[in-house]
Amino acid sequence: MNFALSDEQVLLREAARGALSRHKTVEAAREALEDPRALPDLWPLAVEAGWPGLLIGEEHGGAGLDAFDALLVAEECGRVLAAVPLLGLLPATAILDAAGDSSLGAVAAGDLRPAYVPARPPSELEQGWTVQPRSGFARAEAPHASVEGAEVVLEGEVAFVPDAPGASLLVAIGEDRDGSPVAAAVSADAPGLSVDAVTRYDSTRSLGHVAFASARGRLLGVGADVLADAWYLAHALIAAESLGGVQTCLDVSVAYAKERFTFGRAIGSYQSIKHELTEILRQLENARGLQYYAGWARQSAPDEFPLAASAARSAAGHALDSAARSMINIHGGIGATWEHDAPLFFRRAQLSRRLLGGTEDATDRVAEQSLLAAAPA
Amino acid sequence: MDLNDTPEQAAYREKVRAWLEANKLQAPPRSGSSEDGAYIASRRAWQRRLAEAGLAGVTWPREYGGQGLGPIEQVTVNQEISRADVPGILDVIGIGMLGPCLIAHGTEEQKSRYLGPMLHGDEVWCQLFSEPGAGSDLAAVQTRALRNGDRGWMLSGQKVWTTNAQFASFGLLLARTDPDVPKHKGLTMFIVPMDADGVSVRGLRQISGEAEFNEVFLDNVPLDEDAVVGGVGNGWATALTVLMFERLTIGFGSENFGSPARLSELIASDRAARQDAEVRRRLGHVITELLAVRFNGYRALTMLARGQIPGTEAGLAKVTMVNSAVVATDLAADVIGPEALDADSDWSYLISFLPGLKSAGGTEQILRNTIGERVLGLPAEPRLDKGMPFSELRAKEREAVAP
Ligand SMILES: Cc1cc2nc3c(=O)[nH]c(=O)nc-3n(C[C@H](O)[C@H](O)[C@H](O)COP(=O)(O)OP(=O)(O)OC[C@H]3O[C@@H](n4cnc5c(N)ncnc54)[C@H](O)[C@@H]3O)c2cc1C
Repeated sequence: MNFALSDEQVLLREAARGALSRHKTVEAAREALEDPRALPDLWPLAVEAGWPGLLIGEEHGGAGLDAFDALLVAEECGRVLAAVPLLGLLPATAILDAAGDSSLGAVAAGDLRPAYVPARPPSELEQGWTVQPRSGFARAEAPHASVEGAEVVLEGEVAFVPDAPGASLLVAIGEDRDGSPVAAAVSADAPGLSVDAVTRYDSTRSLGHVAFASARGRLLGVGADVLADAWYLAHALIAAESLGGVQTCLDVSVAYAKERFTFGRAIGSYQSIKHELTEILRQLENARGLQYYAGWARQSAPDEFPLAASAARSAAGHALDSAARSMINIHGGIGATWEHDAPLFFRRAQLSRRLLGGTEDATDRVAEQSLLAAAPA
Repeated sequence: MDLNDTPEQAAYREKVRAWLEANKLQAPPRSGSSEDGAYIASRRAWQRRLAEAGLAGVTWPREYGGQGLGPIEQVTVNQEISRADVPGILDVIGIGMLGPCLIAHGTEEQKSRYLGPMLHGDEVWCQLFSEPGAGSDLAAVQTRALRNGDRGWMLSGQKVWTTNAQFASFGLLLARTDPDVPKHKGLTMFIVPMDADGVSVRGLRQISGEAEFNEVFLDNVPLDEDAVVGGVGNGWATALTVLMFERLTIGFGSENFGSPARLSELIASDRAARQDAEVRRRLGHVITELLAVRFNGYRALTMLARGQIPGTEAGLAKVTMVNSAVVATDLAADVIGPEALDADSDWSYLISFLPGLKSAGGTEQILRNTIGERVLGLPAEPRLDKGMPFSELRAKEREAVAP
């Protein structure tokens, strides 16, 4: 039993923090609200730090690290709202690595930037692979895929794909006529592929509506388990990134609660403020325990990874939601203005909770995994 | 990051499992009434067997009959006991909280007299701390210990919420020995034989209808000089040791209060519930919280194994654990309907027990105050009792509420 970070993991985290600290990412997030071009391109930083190859095996030029390590990096990015395209990148590299794809060397070196086009694995209540629609409650069908030799032809649309704009390679999932998932690596310049860049509310999150009109890609020979794993990996990543945000909300709010005085006392001595802050801490610690669980499970207990990643997403998603609101509340009026960082974290929380199927879908998945463990459907 | 046993830990687990396998038929049922003398006797006998097999006081030093092992082995034993579906030790309060306090603060004579019988269930112990006027504000205890001429002490006062007092042989009691100094300073810890003259115990019925805790009246109870634990006037420090072990005992390894597996089985077997989005959402949230308790427990265990004490984190774990257990039992009862509240249902005891558990071992508000101040470094609560002699404080309090 050893459930603590190793020395190497602590170093990795410190290195990530150090690298990110050289950029004014939070200020950039504010400026980008008015001018999206103000966002610095952090891809070179990611490449220099070796993040593209984090989950790629050493034989393909990667670092061959675990999800656990990737989650620590995502957490650091989340702390400072850094627009590093990990959410698109890492699940894509996991699929490419499992497929032993020819692009791996170039991806690990940072010459190609892949983006994962998420598809949700079927569940007890919802058969079939589904994707995010542009609007509305019902999930959309995954693109239709037909395999032609070593190629796949895709037809359909996936909305709000993280980090798709500017990616050089899209790792997409379609359903073939039998309902089996098929993965394809589609080059950004493939005829029939279009990526319509959008931002919604959170200036740091690059999103794209990805449309396939008979777009062709390279067949990636992986099974449904690898594609489901990518989905849960994306959940674990957004959870880690959210947890990083919660940490900042807590740190900033605690500092303010010690220095802001009303009625002759620091507001942090008032119990409702003190207890609101301990509630952020409680949720933060819970999310951290689950992040460790997810990181550990992907490597050591893959059967539990869907449960662990979904629980991590559910906990961290709610934690960021409430921490961002608490940060605003604890700061009083200024917390609701652009003068303060609080709205940036609030915007991050509001968008994150609605991406990748939404936080509550992850909560449902926790229920489903527990029910399946208790009694198969 | 590794949740697996090392080869030594695996061998230890195997040994524990084998013993439980061979002996579990002698075990009493996991639950029974604490007012049923025969049931309690069977639990004491079972504790004796566990102790003889080295499965009680796992972390106690060897010289006091323990195994001298670490927290990981203790957790291994807990896991195997629950896997074997047998009850654990009866005297959790003694072995988990009071014994460790005696080990830390007791004299050699006290340790050799009391620890062995405590470990073997021959003498059960109770914690005589809370009073009608002192719970969260424990240092406000008013039970008085007066010098009894030149030999020993004379004890008078009242304790309350004393779990297990109805069958305990001894209690560890916090009393005031000097009212003329500030309240944390004038306290002393005593060992009280529950059959001493002047001790009377009256059961207090809880929500479930059972009386697991009691009022204890102390009417001129004579105590020998050697009843003092940890020195006269040093009662607060001694009490803090107990409270630290109490947090560890309650905070961790208690994910099972929420019965996540039982809850999932219940819903999985009820078709309508299983497909209901709202039921699933509630289930998903509560399982998430209980998983967090489990994995934060592993983090804390790692700290313990390295010799660090995760005291305040245990407080957060308690808050999460109790609240999610409430949510879990509420959900189970919503699925089952009124039948869940039948005295024989699997859920009714827990449903009745949990509201009190919110207070036991520190209320949520008190835990949040402590965590806010110790972990987050927030400014302290305002208080009016600092530095004031206890005797004057009572008068001030009365003044404050006088019409
Ligand atoms: C099942 C059970 C078993 C127990 N077993 C034992 C035992 O074996 N031995 C023993 O000694 N005791 C035992 N207790 C007692 C327990 O420790 C106390 O109930 C607990 O410490 C609370 O004290 P109190 O009941 O006096 O409530 P109070 O301290 O009077 O609290 C009343 C309310 O006021 C709130 N409050 C108090 N102070 C503050 C503050 N500063 N800020 C905000 N809110 C505040 C509390 O949170 C609570 O909601 C047991 C209790 C229960 C329920």
